[in-house]
Parts: sequence; structure tokens; C-alpha cells
Amino acid sequence: MNDIIIIVLSTLGTLLIFLAAVGIVKMPDLYLRISVTTKAVTLGVGLILASSAVYFNEAGVVSRVIAIILFIFLTAPIGAHMIGRASYFRGIGLWKKSVIDDLKGMYEKSTHTLKSDDKEDEIFDQ
Amino acid sequence: MKGKFLMNLLLTFIWVALTGAFALINYVFGFVLSFLIMWISDRNNQKTKYYSIVPQLISFIFFFIYELFKANLQVAWEVITPKNKMKPGIVKVPLTVTSDFEITLLANLITLTPGTLSLDISGDKKVLYVHAMYIHDRDAFIEGIKNGFEKRILDLTR
Repeated sequence: MNDIIIIVLSTLGTLLIFLAAVGIVKMPDLYLRISVTTKAVTLGVGLILASSAVYFNEAGVVSRVIAIILFIFLTAPIGAHMIGRASYFRGIGLWKKSVIDDLKGMYEKSTHTLKSDDKEDEIFDQ
Repeated sequence: MKGKFLMNLLLTFIWVALTGAFALINYVFGFVLSFLIMWISDRNNQKTKYYSIVPQLISFIFFFIYELFKANLQVAWEVITPKNKMKPGIVKVPLTVTSDFEITLLANLITLTPGTLSLDISGDKKVLYVHAMYIHDRDAFIEGIKNGFEKRILDLTR
């Protein structure tokens, strides 16, 4: 029974990471690439770790696995956010079939402050 | 609230000590049992928030795992099928949540779930800019985030 669980979990995990790697090649622009990799890798690594927890079946290993999964869930979105934000500053455009871009013109060029609406703010005009 | 939680833990340890089985499953069972006992025996008429927040937290975790799997299946499908049906874009989502903790939680959840990626938050913390893979209708998309994650987070923290 344990063997089957381990096989299923680790296979799913590896498949997801493989698909993320394919996604990097296939996706048309940077934002979609980030979007694909953060999700698939988070769950993929989580599943592989879970299968190792089932394999060892010790309290020490299980608690470490839970801690690692928790930290991945906390840090992966922050990495994605920082990369996405930095590339928007660099002016890397969206895919040509993109529908909406609400972020356009919202950044203040010199200070990198982000406005919440289209109205001109007096502070920025000085 | 904190007192109730400590009471719950104390009852759990008493249960584990009395039954003498120090396995993880026995801790969980003891916790559930003492939670039920406290819920039944609390004579306070307007029940404290503690009794509603624990089931909510558990259902939230399961909801999150479900969404995470859904997101991955969607992305996997998008990668293995040759045709691109994506309609990506950046949408401005107005926020109801205010504290830093709630915003961080919401942004992390958005990044980890179906086709969406939280890019940045405005300086005054009123608006979150979200990059999404499928935007068929902008208002429906914003509604989806507000009624799904944000509502659940508000239920938990307030």
C-alpha cells in the first residue's frame, strides 16, 4: 500500500516539474512563464517531498517535510512577484494577444511608486 | 480565544496521557474530542468566535489544496495541448482587506492558484495588480477573486 502511494506521489511530482520545464519553452511571454513555473514547481516539489515523508515514515522527517513545504508556499509567490515587478520596470511587454493591461502608465518612472487610480496625484507632479 | 485554545491543548494532552498512546493520530483525535466537549459544555449563550474559526480554518486549508490542484491541472493542460487559447492580461483588483497580513496572504494565494499571478500592490494598499491567463470577462474575474479568497480570508481574520 505504501509503495503505491509513494509511486503515485513521486510520479505526479516529477511530471508536474517536467511540464513546468516544457511550459518555459512554450509560453509566449515572460509573465506567463513565471505564472506556469511558480504553480507547477510548488506543487511538484511538495508532492515529491510528501512521497519521501511516506517512505521514511519518521516523525523527524515528516515534520521537516511539512516545514519545507510551508516555506516554499511562503517564498515562491514572493520570488514571482519580485521578478514580475522588476521586468515590468525594464519595459518587457506583454504577449501581443493580451486583452487588458491595467498596469500601463501606473508606475511613477523615477520613484517606482505605484498609483491605485488614474487620477493625477498632486504629490507626484512636483 | 487564546485561553480557549490553551484549554483545548491541555485537554488534548490529558487525553493522550490517559490513553498512553503517543501517536500523531491520537493527538488529532484528542484535539477533536476536547474541542467537541468544550463546544457542548460552554454555557455562554453567544458562542465565542473560537468555535467557528477552527472548522473554518480546516475548510480553508482543504479549499486551498483543491484550488492548487485545479490550477496545476489547468496549467498542465495548457502546456500539453498544442493550441493556445489563452487570453492573458493584467487586471486591477480593488481590495477590501486592509492589514499587511491579510494582503500578504491574499497575494500568495492568488499566485498559487489558477492561472493568476499577483504582480504588485499600489503604494496606498488599495489595489492589487493581478496577471491572469484567462480573462473572458473582467468584472466576472474580479468578482471571482473577491467572492472566493478574499471573502474567506475576511471570515478568518475578522
